[in-house]
Amino acid sequence: MLEVRDLYKRYPPDKEVLRGVSLSVERDEILCLLGPSGCGKSTLLRIVAGLEHADGGTVLFDGAAIDDLPTWRRGFGLMFQDYALFPHMTVAENVGYGLRMAGMPSAQRTARVDALLDLVNLHGYGDRTIDGLSGGEQQRVALARTLAPQPALVMLDEPLANLDRLLREELVQEVRAILKHLRVPAIFVTHDQEEAFVLADRIAVMRAGRIEQEDTPARLYRRPANTFVAGFLGFQNLVTVEHDAGRPHEVVTPAGSFTLHDGVPAGSLAEWRLLIPPDAVLLEEDRPGPEYAAVAVVVQSLTFRGSVFRIAVSSVNAPPDDTLIFEFRNRGRATAMAPGQAIRLWVDQAHLVLVPKG
Amino acid sequence: MRRVLTAALFALPILFLAIFYAWPLLAILRVSFAGAPGEAIGQVGAAVGSPAFWQLLWFTTWQALVSTLLTIAAGLPLAYIFARYDFRGKSLVHALLTIPFVMPTVVVATAFMALIGRTGLLNTWLQDAFGLAAPPIRLEQTIWLILIVHVFYNVAVIIRTVGGFWTNLSPHLGASAAVLGASPWRVLRTITLPLLLPSILAAGLLVFLFCFTSFGVILILGGARFATIEVEIYRQAVSYFNLPLAAFLCLVQLAITFSVMVAYTRMQARVSRPLAQRGGGLARRPANRREWAVLAIALAVTAAGLLAPLGALAVRSFTLGDQGPTLLYYQALTTNPRQSAFFAPPVTAIANSLLYATATLLISLPLGIIGAYMLAQERSRWAAVFDPLLLLPLGTSAVTLGFGYIVAMGPLRTSLWLVPIAHSLIALPFVVRTFLPALRALDRRLREASATLGAGPLRSWWTIDVPLLLRAALISAAFAFAISLGEFGATLLVARPDRPTMPMVIYQALGRPGLINYGQALAMSTILMAVTAVALIAIERFRVPGSEEF
Repeated sequence: MLEVRDLYKRYPPDKEVLRGVSLSVERDEILCLLGPSGCGKSTLLRIVAGLEHADGGTVLFDGAAIDDLPTWRRGFGLMFQDYALFPHMTVAENVGYGLRMAGMPSAQRTARVDALLDLVNLHGYGDRTIDGLSGGEQQRVALARTLAPQPALVMLDEPLANLDRLLREELVQEVRAILKHLRVPAIFVTHDQEEAFVLADRIAVMRAGRIEQEDTPARLYRRPANTFVAGFLGFQNLVTVEHDAGRPHEVVTPAGSFTLHDGVPAGSLAEWRLLIPPDAVLLEEDRPGPEYAAVAVVVQSLTFRGSVFRIAVSSVNAPPDDTLIFEFRNRGRATAMAPGQAIRLWVDQAHLVLVPKG
Repeated sequence: MRRVLTAALFALPILFLAIFYAWPLLAILRVSFAGAPGEAIGQVGAAVGSPAFWQLLWFTTWQALVSTLLTIAAGLPLAYIFARYDFRGKSLVHALLTIPFVMPTVVVATAFMALIGRTGLLNTWLQDAFGLAAPPIRLEQTIWLILIVHVFYNVAVIIRTVGGFWTNLSPHLGASAAVLGASPWRVLRTITLPLLLPSILAAGLLVFLFCFTSFGVILILGGARFATIEVEIYRQAVSYFNLPLAAFLCLVQLAITFSVMVAYTRMQARVSRPLAQRGGGLARRPANRREWAVLAIALAVTAAGLLAPLGALAVRSFTLGDQGPTLLYYQALTTNPRQSAFFAPPVTAIANSLLYATATLLISLPLGIIGAYMLAQERSRWAAVFDPLLLLPLGTSAVTLGFGYIVAMGPLRTSLWLVPIAHSLIALPFVVRTFLPALRALDRRLREASATLGAGPLRSWWTIDVPLLLRAALISAAFAFAISLGEFGATLLVARPDRPTMPMVIYQALGRPGLINYGQALAMSTILMAVTAVALIAIERFRVPGSEEF
């Protein structure tokens, strides 16, 4: 439906914001642009919306180039991080603005505005002023306003960034449910990987004006394309790795030796890291199966985090600042451990991934 | 003990306003209704019944209205350009916009005569270039010249107020409207203009107020043909000594200006609506050649409009007459020929003006700062009452004030102190309005933090308030100084003829025939312009971006 081909954008004097970005969004699909601030994801959104012009490349919708179509004729929806609600209008006037621009008669408009306010759980809010709304309510009004004119594509630029955590977790589900209910294609920009995982059908991870990886949330989590993506997804255990002479499926790390089912590439592994997911490890008493490898480590610190506890460990053979972080479900076991204690962990080798540096 | 001290401090500006503002106004009221009851009513009735009164009121109003509309028309595009674009030298152009704020009316009026007057630079050039016998630009003593000068004077009010508001308007609002299907024209009509409207109205009301009470410009450029109420008050009081009529006109003008002030204060409160004002801002560098061209043209026009009259004034002061570049007029200022109307060589007016300005600074700065602290008190009933009160002198014309001093101060009316006191009263709102935003922006938690770290109230003030507010205080001081230097209306009434200020000397010289007198007016204006420029540079040097509240 939407296709972006090879976009370039440069801000004078020499900041390259987009360096050849291509992607597509299909009907009914929610694509998440995930990346650190300044990676160009918002700029990409602004170009698709027609608020900015690319220096190179093209934007196609339903197969037709729309680069020269002004913003107001594109029929897309865009919701800003600060919501940009019109402060001189009521909630209903805000939601009905797009319909007014489209020339919808007033009676019809009122009905549609009411329907949308119902959709975002703001029944009866129509006559309120913007100043009186809470952050969450403003977010809902902005969403309703964006959706009201039935846009062909919805873009959301970090729409939840200004809300507190609890509200965010609740709204992220709701936004996905609404978008899916309306069957509207959407691009969702965020720097929060958890938000992306919950919301997206597909995630594109961006860095410095390029797309590093594009995949479904599950596959992205299992197979990050490089150490940058892995790091941005929150993985911390990326350890240096070497061939184990003579055994093609085995690698040696400071933490110990592991067998990798997918095999190990030939040649030097200096540009590779071994990713050990924090949940791929069991404590000794958990009695694992044969796919687990034993690792001897020293506990550096323990952190209580509610339902899980986190331990930082270092390998017996490695320098102590080279720590690995693991999480275990908390069943009162944390107290049995103390910093400085030597313990044995079981690593699930099926979940180990070799990731190129990048 | 502390509360008593605070109350005593806060009483100072109130006392000052009571004695030097309320009392003179009451005196005017008394003069206006002096004599037998029937007599006063009869006089007022005669005045109201005469067509001259209504003509005066009508002219004053429409010229102010037209001036305001022209100023808005000229200012809005520039406000947009300032809000929209970032470019190198923006702060310099911004500094140029302070010129009209502080340049004395007398200087500006003289400068426009030097530029587009009958013998002005432009006419001389055009005559030379095209061999014309008569000057092609004939604006002298027309309403056009007055309107042009009013626009020059007030366009910065629009640019700064509306432009400042516009800059902080979240660009996402317009973008959202566009995404929702609004064409650029509809974005302007449904989003931008409605959001800007309070700031346009607020600035417009202020401009209207300034033009309504316009004095120096009309007196000097209007000749005998045009008179605002303000000018008429002066004429009635000084030329015809008709004090009751002057007093009555004062009251009429006060009633009108106070109404406008109230409207302005209301608007001003609406301008500070927080929601539309989100960071980020609209300003960016021009994106393409067309935008650069628009920007360049706008800047060139602005700079030319602001600088050309002042430049012409300086040039003319050295080249008036036919003998080429000369210092003649400057030399003439240092002599006092017999039969001159001057009591002393005109050059002594420079010292007088500087002395008055220094005294004004010393009076108005402490009073204004105390007043600002009073207004900054949270949840204080004082603040609610005195906020509009401290702004009042802004809405009171200078001539009314000077006239009030004449009728109220009795034997004190020849005191040299009256000049800096009148100037202080006029400067006070500016000092308060410049200092207050900085004071309000000072995070209360800083003081609280310093208190938890062991600083007593005085130490806390000395180590937190003073260093953080020093710049604002310096700007306020420079404003007060500049206002005193250029003040004309009140000075004309309260200053002693043997101790004239620079604007008085200029006005007197303009009123006398002959090239040598006109030349002296130009020379003195140039000097006054240069002295004011020093204050201006000080203001710009210490300005914190986005800190003005006018």
